[in-house]
Amino acid sequence: MGLVHGHAHSGSLSSGGGSTLLGYIGIDTIIEQMRKKTMKTGFDFNIMVVGHSGLGKSTLVNTLFKSQVSRRSAGWARDEKIPKTIEIKAVSHVLEEGGVKMKLTVVDTPGFGDQINNDNCWEPISKYINEQYEKFLKEEVNITRKKRIPDTRVHCCLYFISPTGHSLRQLDVEFMKRLSHSVNIIPVIAKSDTMTIEERQEFKQRVRKELEMGGIEFYPQKEFDEDMEDKSDNDKIREAMPFAVVGSDKEYQVNGKRVLGRKTAWGIVEVENPNHCEFALLRDFLIRSHLQDLKEVTHNIHYETYRAKRLNENGGLHPISTNDTQESNL
Amino acid sequence: LKSSVVLQKNLEGYVGFANLPNQVYRKSVKRGFEFTLMVVGESGLGKSTLINSLFLTDLYSPEYPGPSHRIKKTVQVEQSKVLVKEGGVQLLLTIVDTPGFGDAVDNSNCWQPVIDYIDSKFEDYLNAESRVNRRQMPDSRVQCCLYFIAPSGHGLKPLDIEFMKRLHEKVNIIPLIAKADTMTPEECQQFKRQIMKEIQEHKIKIYEFPETDDEEEMKMIRKIKDRLPLAVVGSNTIIEVNGKRVRGRQYPWGVAEVENGEHCDFTILRNMLIRTHMQDLKDVTNNVHYENYRSRKLAAVTYNGVDNNKNKGQLTKSPLAQMEEERREHVSKMKKMEQEMEQVFEMKVKEKLQKLRDSEAELQRRHEQMKKNLEAQHRELEEKRRQHEEEKANWEAQQRILEQQKLDASR
Repeated sequence: MGLVHGHAHSGSLSSGGGSTLLGYIGIDTIIEQMRKKTMKTGFDFNIMVVGHSGLGKSTLVNTLFKSQVSRRSAGWARDEKIPKTIEIKAVSHVLEEGGVKMKLTVVDTPGFGDQINNDNCWEPISKYINEQYEKFLKEEVNITRKKRIPDTRVHCCLYFISPTGHSLRQLDVEFMKRLSHSVNIIPVIAKSDTMTIEERQEFKQRVRKELEMGGIEFYPQKEFDEDMEDKSDNDKIREAMPFAVVGSDKEYQVNGKRVLGRKTAWGIVEVENPNHCEFALLRDFLIRSHLQDLKEVTHNIHYETYRAKRLNENGGLHPISTNDTQESNL
Repeated sequence: LKSSVVLQKNLEGYVGFANLPNQVYRKSVKRGFEFTLMVVGESGLGKSTLINSLFLTDLYSPEYPGPSHRIKKTVQVEQSKVLVKEGGVQLLLTIVDTPGFGDAVDNSNCWQPVIDYIDSKFEDYLNAESRVNRRQMPDSRVQCCLYFIAPSGHGLKPLDIEFMKRLHEKVNIIPLIAKADTMTPEECQQFKRQIMKEIQEHKIKIYEFPETDDEEEMKMIRKIKDRLPLAVVGSNTIIEVNGKRVRGRQYPWGVAEVENGEHCDFTILRNMLIRTHMQDLKDVTNNVHYENYRSRKLAAVTYNGVDNNKNKGQLTKSPLAQMEEERREHVSKMKKMEQEMEQVFEMKVKEKLQKLRDSEAELQRRHEQMKKNLEAQHRELEEKRRQHEEEKANWEAQQRILEQQKLDASR
């Protein structure tokens, strides 16, 4: 089971009765205990990238996690042909930072949106997501459960929007409509160095309007804001989404510093420069502030929805006495 | 007697037909030129902006926005005409746009409206050519198709390949990499190479620059060929860079200049399309693509018997009628040949007759002449004889006188 923790409030604890403490007990050390536990066990994070080929998905994931974690780097050729049907390919790596271990799984969807006829190209993806929920459900329902159920559920789906400068494509709207209720979708505008700043602003506004009109609830969903603080933080983020990003794994010298960027004939696009693109915003949002929340929403809301639906149909699942499900491979 | 070898003769003085190109030029300028350009590609690839940049005119403006700004559910084919004038030369430019191409979820057969449009323009021209009164023959055939490839950096999409395969034998296709400022120079090189490889793999025939004898021009053409497909950037805004006003796109990290050869291939495209190869595009359309269409169309009518294409005009004849017409044609040809031969024969007969008459006259003349001569001689002789007679008479008279004298003397 994944870790669950609420927000910590320093100072007085509020319990059901609202009694004040007469001395220091040490309850707040629970944070430290949880942190130690986390560091020992590490945690899983599964991110899926969706978008038609050539939008820089692999590069962006590599840039986000500052290492070669995408499918492309795991031995696939750079110019392999577009597959005839959509495939789902998952690649896992273990990253370590500050003593904390993270098993990162990047799920790629080559072939999405690349065919001439893209009808129902979201189905394989929907199926994959539901399969992961099913796997988890089966483990949960077991009589003898594993100590720690391997979590392969997709915590976050980055949807790449093509920077046409005009509006969303039909395919984008269809996909997001259908999947926003089973997974956290974070739309990003890919290759945003195609657009000037004005074009980018206009495009973002148009995209947001279209998402609203289509009733597409992208992450962070308004309905899951827990309190006022959450709401105001998330409102700010929602205003700025979708983030217009640029990815790169090459470094260049700019003003004496080495930065990640793209070198063109008329200048160097700096990936982490907030004046150039919103990559830094995306990274902070995704990793530094909302990583755990993504997992929680996936577990508490999307997974629960799936579970309720499953248990209501066909009279529910029967528990399995022997544990014969496989571990997901590292 | 006609000889089949044409000998080249040197002129001994200035005749003046070197002025012919000028006459052609002046006539053409008076007539004005036409050019039909088609742009194909998914929405958001900068097609309208590129057209505006190429012809330095706002064909698409906020009042009349480009097709991308109008949401289309199905693929339409629209044309806009604009008349541009430069240096006394008039150009009637028709831009054919294909909004909705490749934008739907299911894009199967989205190329069909495009193919139908091109064929219908060929058909219009074919009908116009076959009319009796051909004074007005407007040429609305598509002479060039700019196909916009999205700058994914990987390769051609299945839709690109399908489209080009179906249209490379109907129209001159010039593939372009749109929004080329998305890529770094290395990515652009790799992308171009990948695209050309795939084009060759699928045996797609894109427009080829014709070979010339001029060494300078060939060098230029080879340079262009190396940079195919051309990576372009379009812009309608003018920005100041180092004191110069240039067309470009302003980014926080620099200005991408449209007309800078190191930034993109826009100038190559413009020069090729407008300044050097516009006439060749028209010629190839007329001599190759149109002729292919025409021969296929006419062969289909005479061979099958049932013509499946929807058509209007003089081509709906049944094969029997066609055969009848051809027979008539053949008969008339035979008649003409007969006539000709008869004429030749007559001429020859006349000639001979004339010759005979001439020789007859000649003989007659000679005969006359000889007769005259004879008569003259005869007269001469007569004259001589008369003289002689006269002389004789004189002499006789003298003799008688002498005799009389003698007689007188003797008495």
